Amino acid sequence: MIPELGHFALILSALVALVLGTLPLIGAHTNRLAWVALARPAATAMALLVTFSFACLTQAFVANDFSVVYVAQHSNSLLPIQYRVAGVWGGHEGSLLLWILMLTWWAFLVAMLSRQLPEAMVARVLGTLGLVGFGFLLFILFTSNPFERLLPAAAEGRDLNPLLQDPGLVIHPPLLYMGYVGFSVAFAFAIAALLSGKLDAAWARWSRPWTMAAWIFLTLGIAMGSWWAYYELGWGGWWFWDPVENASFMPWLIGTALIHSLAVTEKRGSFKNWTVLLAIAAFSLSLLGTFLVRSGVLTSVHAFATDPRRGIFILIFLVAVIGSSLALFAARAPKVGLGGRFGLVSRESLLLTNNVLLVVACATVLLGTLYPLLIDALGVGKISVGPPYFNAVFVPVMTPILFLMGIGPFARWKEASIPEIAKAVKWALVVGILVAIALPLLYGQWFAMTALGLLLAAWIVATAILNFIERVQHTRAGRGFLAAALSQPRTFVGMHLAHIGIAVFVVGVTMVGSYQDEKDIKLAPGQSVDVAGYHFTFNGVKAVEGPNYVAAQGEFDLAVDGKFVRKMNPEKRTYHSSAMPMTEAAIDAGFLRDVYVSLGEPIDRDKPEGEWAVRVYYKPFVDWIWGGCILMSLGGLIAMLDRRYRVRARAAAPVSAGTQQA
Amino acid sequence: MNRYYWILGGFAALVALLAVGLNLNPRDVPSPLVGKPAPAFTLSQLAEPDKSLSPKDMQGKVWLFNVWASWCVSCRQEHPILVEFSKKVDVPLIGLNYKEVRGDGGFDMSKMPADEEKKLAWQRANRWLSEHGNPYKLTVMDLDGRVGIDYGVYGVPETYVIDKSGVIRMKHTGPITPEVLAKRIMPLLAELNK
Repeated sequence: MIPELGHFALILSALVALVLGTLPLIGAHTNRLAWVALARPAATAMALLVTFSFACLTQAFVANDFSVVYVAQHSNSLLPIQYRVAGVWGGHEGSLLLWILMLTWWAFLVAMLSRQLPEAMVARVLGTLGLVGFGFLLFILFTSNPFERLLPAAAEGRDLNPLLQDPGLVIHPPLLYMGYVGFSVAFAFAIAALLSGKLDAAWARWSRPWTMAAWIFLTLGIAMGSWWAYYELGWGGWWFWDPVENASFMPWLIGTALIHSLAVTEKRGSFKNWTVLLAIAAFSLSLLGTFLVRSGVLTSVHAFATDPRRGIFILIFLVAVIGSSLALFAARAPKVGLGGRFGLVSRESLLLTNNVLLVVACATVLLGTLYPLLIDALGVGKISVGPPYFNAVFVPVMTPILFLMGIGPFARWKEASIPEIAKAVKWALVVGILVAIALPLLYGQWFAMTALGLLLAAWIVATAILNFIERVQHTRAGRGFLAAALSQPRTFVGMHLAHIGIAVFVVGVTMVGSYQDEKDIKLAPGQSVDVAGYHFTFNGVKAVEGPNYVAAQGEFDLAVDGKFVRKMNPEKRTYHSSAMPMTEAAIDAGFLRDVYVSLGEPIDRDKPEGEWAVRVYYKPFVDWIWGGCILMSLGGLIAMLDRRYRVRARAAAPVSAGTQQA
Repeated sequence: MNRYYWILGGFAALVALLAVGLNLNPRDVPSPLVGKPAPAFTLSQLAEPDKSLSPKDMQGKVWLFNVWASWCVSCRQEHPILVEFSKKVDVPLIGLNYKEVRGDGGFDMSKMPADEEKKLAWQRANRWLSEHGNPYKLTVMDLDGRVGIDYGVYGVPETYVIDKSGVIRMKHTGPITPEVLAKRIMPLLAELNK
């Protein structure tokens, strides 16, 4: 009964989405206030219905209702409760339901937090979200209904994919989807602005916090996925340039460009067309990512069971959403105008360069991701594009971005002077060079690429500090340094924190890439191995039992300089439901390095007490990669909470309400 | 027309590529086993546990080898298609029952004696076939999944087409759909039986 209620609520929500996607938009166009006023209640109703539907599916999982096909395929009565809940988004149908849940929540938040916006604007934004939601709900209802029954019911479920039975994977998809889907708000704002023809600074100011929120979620979601891959897959890597990873990285790159472009549009009224196009592109890439994952056109570790009908449906949806918004853009853009003029050297021009480079970076990722498909489509063969391509094209594009990141905050709007900037940043360059020379030597070997990475990271941190000090000195007005420092605008503080996060990330990537060490070795109990000064002694393997798996658990003693540090217990798990054994690496994490042991296979299958294939890794600075991502998100959060998004917005409200009636 | 319409052109090209891509299957990457002799095994038959079967017993015939288990939900989806197939087509369909008891997840294997596992597996597999119909000429029992490993089984159901000389000619992962049967398996069988 409950699954049917969930299904019914989903159908109702599609109808509500259709109402939301039509009447308020028409109302805003023809000035019918009653239709405009429908937007908020309809968005709220849509969110409530989808939330109810999601709760119904969750209930089916918690109650082990194996008469629902989706539950029978992705759960099991032995599955611990937290994974039963996570199982809701462990497969195709449920993850789409999660997607639409996020969309309706974003729409609900816009409905709640938009009291200062003109009613017509709200109607257009929510209407656009309603249309997107309608398309997705149709997709779910017609091709991917999670509430389909299995009669007679299965006695037992097939269990959740063991790879997904991990705390990291419980929160990775929701975070990532919040980010993906969050760009729909920036997209809806852009469409609303194109529809109304009012592309002004106020529009940019309204979009900024929403875009930032989506970007924060996406950053954390990607970082979480990367961290999971690192500790769960047992290969010690943190990024694989897998098509699905790329699908999440492309909207991130464009989203990053969008955040910067919105800043220019808000402050200077420039780049309007460009900003709108980026907003459309960020969400379009999120949709493209969904297509790539769901349609099965590319192989990936993330691929779900595929069904050609689904692929066609998403493709049509993609054409409808992206095609119509690009057509709208093409029709309206020439009238928008370019906005304020700026000099060849100015903060605007630097931000434009940053934008172009980020878009180029995104294009290279897109090319590398789709290239195998292109080759396959042309019938030339089957290839895969791997890390060598991406590493080769990414470094040259990223290097100027990172360099400009240090200069940008010093440049004035409109017209800046190179000598002035050079004078302000020269000490940062000195610091960068010193670090680039010294630190690699400290680690034993000097590589040019390592030095470049460290130079850029140190440069970013040093310029951020110099810029911060400079600004505080300028705004002291007789106050103490600390008081002035604490009263800086949050957007400014957030920007520098996020930039420092990038620097921290770069340090992690550079150091782990240059100085990691690994050994692949056969060990019998009692034998030991050394990696980068860490001494591992293998004590053997014993069998342990989990709730729904059995595992061979190895025991290693880790010692440094002959002193015992800790025991490490990597596992090789065999879940009852799957033939594939899972690796649980044991990691000793530290500020400056991780050491990592993972258990391979016993050399002789019948003698688990004998020799085992073992991998040990030394990973310097690897945690800085995710630490950097957390700093970036934190910086974004601080910037998003800037006072002026609330104060000025409130002051603007009566004015725009006035123009509305006129 | 203005210059902004170029963006739409670029998007159209992308859509065309994706549309073509939909009709290709990236997972068609030939399984390393395709073109190789079917790995040997000797397993007990479901109907007559005292008798066994090896791939070499099938020498001289084109046959289908289908991996299934009663706990496998997707197998239910393809089963009616197999039953229909077995009625219409004169190509032997051999079943490989894969980890009938161990794969289920509902049992504590460390506490189950081997003969009990065996009894239970036979019981469950027979019941399933009598409930859903038996399309198989015969089924062999792979209790511990060793043969599955040799065949590179990574998701049940899977189906192999094996030719007269015992070489694997095709592998399909996942449930057989009417489309896969009509477009890929049937033409291949016709060609091999020529």
